[in-house]
Formats: sequence, structure tokens, C-alpha cells
Amino acid sequence: MKVMLVDDSKTMRTIQRNILLQIGYKDIEEACDGQDALSKVSAFAPELLLVDWNMPNMDGITFVKTYRAQGGKSPIVMVTTEAEKTRVVEAIKAGVNNYVVKPFTPESLSQRISETLSRVKAA
Amino acid sequence: MDASSITSFVASTHQVFTTMLSLPVTAGKPYTCCAVPKFENEVSGIIGMSGDVQGMVVLSFPTATARKAIQAFTGMDIEPSSPDFADAIGELVNMISGAAKAKFEGKNVSISCPSVVIGKGHKVQQPSDALCITIPFECPVGEFSLEVAMKVAKSAANTTSNSAARAA
Repeated sequence: MKVMLVDDSKTMRTIQRNILLQIGYKDIEEACDGQDALSKVSAFAPELLLVDWNMPNMDGITFVKTYRAQGGKSPIVMVTTEAEKTRVVEAIKAGVNNYVVKPFTPESLSQRISETLSRVKAA
Repeated sequence: MDASSITSFVASTHQVFTTMLSLPVTAGKPYTCCAVPKFENEVSGIIGMSGDVQGMVVLSFPTATARKAIQAFTGMDIEPSSPDFADAIGELVNMISGAAKAKFEGKNVSISCPSVVIGKGHKVQQPSDALCITIPFECPVGEFSLEVAMKVAKSAANTTSNSAARAA
């Protein structure tokens, strides 16, 4: 499965990449903000995206809205420090499929990914 | 700034260090930023807050402690001169600030992208009109501190007092 990691922190992308590798996802592309991600989604065609909210140039919520408006259908898990309920609702309305609040454990991120993929498969 | 705000930052620091670094932390007694700090700042991660609460959060370490904390966070020993070192410090203060602001009930607060300052003995000037508190922490890799400067924005304060008046 092709996974795209969108986060302005290289540290966070590396942590997420290591978790993905541990659970068997090896085809991983990285983007440092929403703009960078938009420029890469057509060529890479991710089947799952993990997206941060607060990023320079283009934030995660704007990226999600733009990706969905352009016809992007792959599941998106938002991985962010934004934990307020209003933010979660805003993200779901924008087209996010699931939500992980930082800090997270490898187990909680893995579980949320598999839950998201199962839900999408069942739909 | 009330006691619950301090509690939010202590809890979020504890949560980030135990979850992401597997390091238990112990908070010391908070003091005003006017007091003499326990150690010289060498590495600081800075986040701005805006909206109903305005201010700044500064996570500061001696370099050796920062290096060990980053090793616990990333699994790698990263030189302080590497951009990855600043990136990791920025992500730590980002997670602490984000988790703390989630506990500010009923307040709409945004946080900035983090900035990082590295240099011996630097001082981050907090806003003069905000109350600034330093929370000292100890963990197995050394001491660090979290400075929090906060004030409630006038519009948010008016909303709160109007609600209180209506309730009365």
C-alpha cells in the first residue's frame, strides 16, 4: 500500500515512517506541507494519507479540502496536536476519515490506521 | 493566568514526555519569570498563542539535556548543529502547547508553527503585558523548564464576564 506522510516536522515524519515500516507499509512518500503534498499526489497516487494540521504554506485542512475538491478519494487520517472537539468536527466535515491526536503511541497510530482502512473497505 | 492553566501545561508536558520519549517527568514549584532561572537556557523551542488566549510558550533545555531528550524521542543521537535537532525541539513544544490548549475549555486558541533558538545564555523576551510563569521539570536525562506567558484577550474576557452577569 502506498502511504503519503504530510507533516512539516521531519522528526514526526520519521517517527510515523518507522511505525508504518513496522506494520508492513514500505511504499512511503513524504511531503513537508499541503502545497508539497498537492504537487506529489498525482504522481504518487497514495492509497492512504496521514496529514498534520498546522503547517506553513498550506495547512492540513486546506490541503484536505483541495484534495477532495480535486477528486481525491483515498482515506485520510489527520495526525495533529489539535484536540478540541470543534477541530475534530471541522476536519471530518472537510473530508478526513479518522483522527489521531499527538502525542500518540505506535499502537494507537497503527490501530487508527487499520480501523480507517477496514471502514473504507466495508463502505 | 489561573492555576488550571499551569496544571494544563504540567499535564501536557508529562503526557508528551511519557508517551513519545518514555521519560517520566517531575514538575517543580512554578515561579515567575522575573526570578533567577535554575539553569542557563541553551536550547529553546517557542510557540505563539493567539485568539481568546494570547501569549507564548517556551520549552528550554541545557544542550546536553536536549540532546539526550531528542535521542529518547527519535532514537537517534543528533548533533545540535543539525537542522533535525531544532526540528525535534520544535515538535516537542508543538505537542506540549497543543495538548495544553485543548484543556482551555470554551476558548478558541490557535498556536503558531514553532521557532527554535540555540545559543548559550539567551533570553526569550515574553510579552510585557502577560503574566509569565516558569515551570521547572526534572526527568532522567536532566532538568528543563517551560515558560508560559498568557493573557486572556479582551473580547474573550468580555464574553466571559457577560456570561457571568447573565448567569447571575
